[in-house]
Amino acid sequence: MSIQVRNISKTFGSFKALEDVSLQVNSGELIALLGPSGSGKTTLLRIIAGLEQADPGGGGIRFHDEDVGQRHVSARGVGFVFQHYALFRHMSVFENIAFGLRVKPRRHRPSRAAIREKVLALLALVQLDGLARRYPHQLSGGQRQRVALARALAVEPKVLLLDEPFGALDAKVRQELRAWLRRLHDELHITSVFVTHDQDEALEVADRVVVMNRGRIEQAGTPDEVFHHPGNEFVLKFLGQVNRFHGRIEQGRPVVGTLALDAQAMENRREGEPVEIFVRPFDFELIGAGDQRPSLPARIQRVQSAGPVVRLELTGPSNEPVRVELPHPEAERLDLTVGREVRLALRRSRVFTEDYSI
Amino acid sequence: MSNPSTSSSTARAAPINPSAAESPWVRWVLIAIALGFISLVLLLPLALVFRYAFGEGLGVYLAAIRDADTVAAIRLTLITAAIVVPLNTVFGVMAAWAIAKFEFRGKSLLITILDMPFAISPVVVGMIFVLLFGARGWLGPTLSQWGIQIIFTPIAIVIVVAFGTMPFVVRELVSLMQAQGSEEELAALTLGASGFQTFRRITLPNIKWGLIYGVILCNARAMGEFGSVYVVSGRIRGETDTMPLHIEALYNDYLLTASFAVASLLAMLAIVTLVVKSIVEWKIARDQAIATGDDPGD
Repeated sequence: MSIQVRNISKTFGSFKALEDVSLQVNSGELIALLGPSGSGKTTLLRIIAGLEQADPGGGGIRFHDEDVGQRHVSARGVGFVFQHYALFRHMSVFENIAFGLRVKPRRHRPSRAAIREKVLALLALVQLDGLARRYPHQLSGGQRQRVALARALAVEPKVLLLDEPFGALDAKVRQELRAWLRRLHDELHITSVFVTHDQDEALEVADRVVVMNRGRIEQAGTPDEVFHHPGNEFVLKFLGQVNRFHGRIEQGRPVVGTLALDAQAMENRREGEPVEIFVRPFDFELIGAGDQRPSLPARIQRVQSAGPVVRLELTGPSNEPVRVELPHPEAERLDLTVGREVRLALRRSRVFTEDYSI
Repeated sequence: MSNPSTSSSTARAAPINPSAAESPWVRWVLIAIALGFISLVLLLPLALVFRYAFGEGLGVYLAAIRDADTVAAIRLTLITAAIVVPLNTVFGVMAAWAIAKFEFRGKSLLITILDMPFAISPVVVGMIFVLLFGARGWLGPTLSQWGIQIIFTPIAIVIVVAFGTMPFVVRELVSLMQAQGSEEELAALTLGASGFQTFRRITLPNIKWGLIYGVILCNARAMGEFGSVYVVSGRIRGETDTMPLHIEALYNDYLLTASFAVASLLAMLAIVTLVVKSIVEWKIARDQAIATGDDPGD
């Protein structure tokens, strides 16, 4: 079941939560809505679910060519998983999962035996066999979230919507659960949208990532696309650390200090116009004295080698802080003494044109 | 944990924090004063009520209660409570729902108005309704043209009692519902439940103990209301006398035993209310401990 969102806006008082947002989710896709708080991602999810109404005048919501914009939340057939689980506290795990089946109109309601069979199958699916008689307060956070997911899946929703599903869990459980969610999605192929502010989570789990900011979609694309080809400065900054250098245009090329970068569609820029140049921490190379490649001078301030990569903090040509990440083998070949002068070559850098800089 | 200098002598009144404790002597004096005061102002009068009620034997007691006017007063009190308590329960749940789950203009004003019955003296409440429905009141003349009389009838009693007991259920539920939020209800809706199913299966079980608490307090007040009823009822014996009014009337007639016999019924209601209240408070505390995860488990 595909989801189409067309030209949706939402205002709360004078606050514009969403501004003319359109989004297409293909059938069977797992989409991440990624953005900082206040970016409108949760509002968009809740509008798709029917928990909020979009401002009138927009294009509406369609599930597989069917307009559901005016349909009540209880008739939309969505599974919704809340950040804080929203389990029914007075019901056992079994009753929580069975709820959606028990409230069906009589003629659609499965028999007791069928309900029981289905609930036990779902418990097995979310790997909570044997916990049917527990109450929510007797479960860990990760277990509660899996019960919430089983409860949402029990009614066989057309689409599954998850609002920061792992937001309230600790780091280790998050890691496990997101890998598990990806596997589960590969099994069920239910069209899913999940909201997160954690870029690692979005990049790891989703088929496509929709980066949102200030009520608008900044970029939508596969994790590779948004990470390696960010469409603008916001996306670049939001998807991981980035260093910023102040430079200027000289002879049609961006220049930092004495380092001239390759021209990146800078033809329209005036000579001497200031530009900002962005470089990811892992796009630097520390080069030796004999190397003739263009480079920036920098001084090592701090070396942190505990972790998957070696992190360096340096100060650049105009004393700006520079963060560099090196793989361990490369770092081991170099002399990384604090205070040492080094030269940084840029493997890749980005300059965004004026229209996008905010 | 244990403090050697005090542990042996204070086994039954152990301080909450031993290192910050007063000397045992001070502690015992404070406890004795508190208990003595409660005994003097609460238990002693209660005991006296029963002593006077049964002072001339069970036969006189029963005869006093079986008196036709007394029976009428009891009946009117029960009928009033039977109308007012469900009315304010339904109203209380609806108002609490609106306040806790929606944002709307005038919400803080509504909350203030809901507290008004507690802020106004019951006598003044009675006067307000006399002004409204009395023979020379705003609505009285119009209503009497249609043959409707309100003041000096049981209808007036129901109205003033309903007004005076309005806040109990609402106040109890608003804070409870606000603390619980509406995510569970929203979850139920996404699972296909109707509004009514959501209320009956999710909301009601969650507010159950708070609701019972509000209802018993509302009931106790509905049966015990004196001031406003005194003003609007006209005190027609056998017709518009409620139990509290009847007790006063009997007392004024120097029928002490009969007066205290009826009073003993209200006293028993108070005791039942307190017992139910303690049980419910214990249940609420337990539920909250469970909700916040403090419960040790099974």
